[in-house]
Amino acid sequence: MRLHLSPEDRAFRDEMRTFFTTQVSQSIRDAVAAHRELTKEQFIEAQRALNAAGLAVPHWPVEWGGRDWTPLQRHIWREEMQLAGVPEPLAFNTSMIGPVIATFGSQEQKERFLPATANLDIWWCQGFSEPDAGSDLASLRTTAVRDGDDWVVNGQKTWTTLGQHADWIFCLVRTDPTAEKRQRGISLLLFPMDTPGVTLRPIELLDGGFEVNEVFFEDVRVPAENLVGEENHGWDYAKFLLGNERVGIARIGSTKRMLIEAKEHARGITVNGAPLSEDPYMTARIAELENELLALELTALRVVANSAGGRPHPASSVLKLRGSELQQAATELLVDIAGPLSVASFPDEDSDVPGWAQVATPSYLNYRKVSIYGGSNEVQRTIIAGSILGL
Amino acid sequence: MEFSYDDEQNGLREAVSALLSRAYGDSEQRRRVVGTDPGFDEKTWGQLAEMGLLGLPFAESDGGMGAGPVEVSIVAEEIGRVLAPEPFVEAVVLAGGLVADLGTDAQRAEVLGALAEGTLLPAFAHTEIGSRWQASAQSVTATEDGGSWRLTGVKEPVPNGARADLLVVSALVGGATRLFLVPGDAEGLTRTGYRNHDGTRSAKVSFAGTPAQPLGEGTGDQAPAIEKAQARARVAYGHEALGAMETALTTTAEYLKARKQFGVPLNKFQALTFRAADMYVSLELARSTVMWATLVVDADGDVVAAADRARLQTSRASRHIGKEAIQLHGGIGVTAEYKVGHYTSRLTAIDHLLGDGDWALARLAGTVDDHETVDALA
Repeated sequence: MRLHLSPEDRAFRDEMRTFFTTQVSQSIRDAVAAHRELTKEQFIEAQRALNAAGLAVPHWPVEWGGRDWTPLQRHIWREEMQLAGVPEPLAFNTSMIGPVIATFGSQEQKERFLPATANLDIWWCQGFSEPDAGSDLASLRTTAVRDGDDWVVNGQKTWTTLGQHADWIFCLVRTDPTAEKRQRGISLLLFPMDTPGVTLRPIELLDGGFEVNEVFFEDVRVPAENLVGEENHGWDYAKFLLGNERVGIARIGSTKRMLIEAKEHARGITVNGAPLSEDPYMTARIAELENELLALELTALRVVANSAGGRPHPASSVLKLRGSELQQAATELLVDIAGPLSVASFPDEDSDVPGWAQVATPSYLNYRKVSIYGGSNEVQRTIIAGSILGL
Repeated sequence: MEFSYDDEQNGLREAVSALLSRAYGDSEQRRRVVGTDPGFDEKTWGQLAEMGLLGLPFAESDGGMGAGPVEVSIVAEEIGRVLAPEPFVEAVVLAGGLVADLGTDAQRAEVLGALAEGTLLPAFAHTEIGSRWQASAQSVTATEDGGSWRLTGVKEPVPNGARADLLVVSALVGGATRLFLVPGDAEGLTRTGYRNHDGTRSAKVSFAGTPAQPLGEGTGDQAPAIEKAQARARVAYGHEALGAMETALTTTAEYLKARKQFGVPLNKFQALTFRAADMYVSLELARSTVMWATLVVDADGDVVAAADRARLQTSRASRHIGKEAIQLHGGIGVTAEYKVGHYTSRLTAIDHLLGDGDWALARLAGTVDDHETVDALA
């Protein structure tokens, strides 16, 4: 039991902080801090800056660019990145398909995809959810039928985040409709988004943004060599991938940044002659959120320390559950601080409503997603009740 | 930052757990013990002394074991796990802690040595009717006459005030709060003990010109020292609460599996299992914060602020878990015969000894503009 960071970890933290605050362009970090949508080019620029410094895929195997860091170092890396407003390396690449290919892919697939995936030369999107397969992912119906050297894919995916930028998709498909357990008839295929028969339709979200898409497949031909691992074992790879997705999903550094912002804005608003930042109810609300966030961060540190063999600690469900709730609470706080200004979401350029107040409510509405994606909070409660409490 | 216990600490936990589960493994044993005065078992208290636990945090030169707050936290957690009514936090961490911090060489040797041996039970007489959780005395006064001190006024409720062999009493001297030692058999001392809702005991303690010995030397305000000792006790109570919350949760989970209604075990109802999952979330978040606060005590950091943070998190968690434990059991949860409600009762008491969650929050709210972020890795 020890409180302080070791001198090595302290130096590591300083190194990360210095890099993130000086080596990633300020305009990108400002856009993240202001909750503005990033362009594809900004995502790519930021990830390449990280990759050039060996900071894009530290959790990958060393031979593919990993760093063999301790869990604590990875935590520090992630939190400092979020705190500095640096966009994280694209999760679809670095947390999802990258580790799957590195673990289950063929040597040829590794060589073909991993360096390009780390450097965001290939932009991946996730073909998992379908209109009738959300939290119940195993009920997916998109099919792939073998025809000579190809798989022929038909069906539909949805909630495909940033699919409009994607070069390739990793896609769960049903390859054995007769399998006794429906989880057993699923495979994982990789194919380019410009393959004939792939159609993408953007979905407008509540905040007016276009973040997610529907993707339709009509007789899409995929070479057999693009199947990952073994046929009909796709469910195992999906579970592996989703386990990785949960780690780091608490986004503590990002919530911290929102609380810093909230305090700043509250100082600039006057209520009955005094700053809103001195209102006792407001300070209590902020203090409670800060404490909840501290509790979450300490829990994250306990969990990372106990995650053996790459498998997430069962308590990582707590991180997803509480992390999403606190992200949402922080966006809600910003809306409430904006108060009457919070309705002015899309004014013209001559508006005096500050940018942070303009984006406050759209962000709040957009952030309803965080308790839904990555295994909804109800799925996390099911995991806690089942695998931790034995219920 | 490191959150795991070493072998010696794990060994300590096993030994304490073995002793306490012999004494209180069956909740009926606890009911029997708290049914009669002094509300705890003198024999078990003696066994805790024999294991060296009652002198755990005190210097070896004072008759203690020279162990740290992590060891203290382990004992407190095991106490909470079985709801042992022995006043470990009250006597060792709080009353003993004050003597250890402020006492003269002679006072420390006399009080702490005897406390460690189990032959002297000290109690901190601080709360007054109309006061709340502040570190200063309110109306009890101390006056000096020719080098000897006398106390006047009333302290209530004083935990273990009737059974205590020695009272550590806060009193006003001019505008300052000073501490005094008063033996249980002092003249002009009246003590009326009674039972608290959680089975422990408190007392009304009246001083009518009662002779008293100043704790330590000097004339400065001792309220800051009281604040710090209370902060350490808040953290230790946090661990007692963790032990109690964990048992409340596991008992509830077992019950959900065993109890059948509508022809199926209760754990078939998602409305119930989701609530149990939320209890787990509360417990783990509180555990992280309380463990961290203990490490802050160990490193002698900002103990008062860390204790407030731990208290806020524990207060929220213990109310949540305590109330849900009863609700998920149903009617049996409110009976005296079944154990789970007693956990809620004790958690409620701990929450209101030394400051509750809203009280801690109000103090923390006053500091939000002093920092940009709360740095867990400082």
